[in-house]
Amino acid sequence: MPEQLIFAMEVTLNGLMAGVLYALVALGFVLIYKASGIFNYAQGVMALFAAMTLVGIMDGQVPFSHLINAIFGAHITHFGWHVPALVAIVLTMAVMVFLAWAVQRFVMRHLVNQEPIILFMATIGLAYFLEGFSDLMWGSEIKTLDVGLPQGLNVWIDEKTYNIFGYGFFIDNLDIVATVIAALLVIALVAFSQYTKEGRAMRAVADDHQAALSVGISLNFIWVMVWSVAGFVALVAGIMWGAKSGVQFSLSLIALKALPVLMLGGFTSIPGAIVGGLIIGVGEKLFDFLIGPLVGGATENWFAYVLALIFLVFRPQGLFGEKIIERV
Amino acid sequence: MFYREAGDFSTTYPQDSQTFPIKFDRYRYYFVLAFAFLVIPFIINDYWANAILLPFLIYTIAAIGLNILTGYCGQVSLGTGGFMAVGAYACYKLMTAFPEVNIFIHVILAGGVTALVGVLFGLPSLRIKGFYLAVATLAAQFFLVWLFNRVPWFYNYSASGQINAPERTVFGVLVTGPSAPAWATYLFCLVFVTICAILARNLTRGTIGRSWMAIRDMDIAAEIIGVNPLSAKLSAFAISSFFVGISGALFFAIYLGAVEVGEVFNIQKSFLVLFMIIIGGLGSIFGSFAGAAFLVVLPVFLKVVGVDLLGWPTDIVAHFQFIIIGALIIMFLILEPHGLAQLWRLTKEKLRLWPFPH
Repeated sequence: MPEQLIFAMEVTLNGLMAGVLYALVALGFVLIYKASGIFNYAQGVMALFAAMTLVGIMDGQVPFSHLINAIFGAHITHFGWHVPALVAIVLTMAVMVFLAWAVQRFVMRHLVNQEPIILFMATIGLAYFLEGFSDLMWGSEIKTLDVGLPQGLNVWIDEKTYNIFGYGFFIDNLDIVATVIAALLVIALVAFSQYTKEGRAMRAVADDHQAALSVGISLNFIWVMVWSVAGFVALVAGIMWGAKSGVQFSLSLIALKALPVLMLGGFTSIPGAIVGGLIIGVGEKLFDFLIGPLVGGATENWFAYVLALIFLVFRPQGLFGEKIIERV
Repeated sequence: MFYREAGDFSTTYPQDSQTFPIKFDRYRYYFVLAFAFLVIPFIINDYWANAILLPFLIYTIAAIGLNILTGYCGQVSLGTGGFMAVGAYACYKLMTAFPEVNIFIHVILAGGVTALVGVLFGLPSLRIKGFYLAVATLAAQFFLVWLFNRVPWFYNYSASGQINAPERTVFGVLVTGPSAPAWATYLFCLVFVTICAILARNLTRGTIGRSWMAIRDMDIAAEIIGVNPLSAKLSAFAISSFFVGISGALFFAIYLGAVEVGEVFNIQKSFLVLFMIIIGGLGSIFGSFAGAAFLVVLPVFLKVVGVDLLGWPTDIVAHFQFIIIGALIIMFLILEPHGLAQLWRLTKEKLRLWPFPH
């Protein structure tokens, strides 16, 4: 088998793995969009905030320590204890639920019935706020996140592929774990929205706010719940990306990676988010591998967007999105 | 008391349809113009020019451009940074290719080039709308920045990958480069701001502005009453990009002098300009001025208060800046979706009746 083809296969596999991570972030968007019609730009920053909070709790960091030190001239940084990963994850989830409540109480409740684009801009404002807030709370230095996920080369795949092709594929263990977790998450979310009372209420709200209100569904509760679920997805995405590349500002940019995934898959479709993520993941890796060297490399930044843009011109609602019908 | 219409008669149609029909308003406008052109150049120094006045003037042009697209035509764009980069690089290529031509013409031409690019990236707006389009404009942002970073022709194969503005003069006075006097750079930008503002104001009052607003308010209804969405949307993209390109050219040539595209024209710039028009007021030329002024002054103000007065480290002040800007955006969207311009309108309304409000 020609060497180029084997390389391309490896790149494709890695692209699939990266695509799963994109899909993970995109899922958070789809959930909120389906339930409240809000396109939540802050999803990436929520992932950053979740990851930072997790690291902070695990290491026993004092929140706002930089600010306290600056005002009172103190030198506190850590409480001096270490919290086990599992407990820290539960505590972080509690923080994310509180954040969901705060967002609903102070922002979204006041913007009911506004145009979608206004809500979108509000979430950009929220993203800015949260970005400054998380830096202020936990400090802006790069942190390492280690919750005990396996990392590094997967030896089994390396050996198997070496036996078949005479060349060992490099696949990161973490990517495999991420794939499994993403699959579990999707199954759990679909089951949640299809088979539980709250999930059905959520879909009812998405369908028609007023009709849902009239049958006795509490909009406030549903929205807090939706934002909490989005916070949970952000936490999972934050753990995955944080373990992969460290907890730092660039983590919030994964939101920008997820946007073309959404456009491709359609804003309203959970399977769309996954298929879109895989297409973008494979597409950008392959494009960078095949065409990248001809045009100077680093095409990953824009390839996804241009692909989605071209795609949208022909199918404005995305692959799996509901057909956009306009009534006057 | 102020803004009194009584006794202010228009006897001709041009008088009736002028930009500032109320006398007091008109005199205030002349006064501001005279102050900006005749007084500030004599009292300006380097700090004021570089920290506040130049960025204010240049961002105002960008904000006017984005306001035409987003505020008047309703097409949200997140590609402002990329289009500013087009203006900057077009200006650079023109400046180095035709050194004998006046820089004034270069800046205008840079706007023209950006307008063409803007139309190209505006084409998807004919098929998609809302935040699908907003996300699509991000494609312009990322692609353009990458293009200027990776294709050496754009930065004339310089080793650093930067572009540097060569020294150029207008009427024998240096306007670019580090040794240009503050008043000259200020006046150069001011001329552009004045032209752009008058142009934008009159465009938005006329046929073309009305067709933009019809598209914004309801595109299907607009189509039915005879507005051509193709020409309305594409003209909005072209004219908006023209302004944004001019501001990018000025930002590079006059203000910074040297530009690293990934640093200067990144997505943060797009958001900054978007925030300016949200805070200033969507669909208002005055709002573009107010928003630009607000967001240029805010960091300076925070730095003066936080770092110089309270003695906090700069990174904490920077975090606070993020928090404050984010909170302000949300507050304005909730409390006053029409921004500072609407507050000014309300004040004017009050002043008109003052001191007998009933």
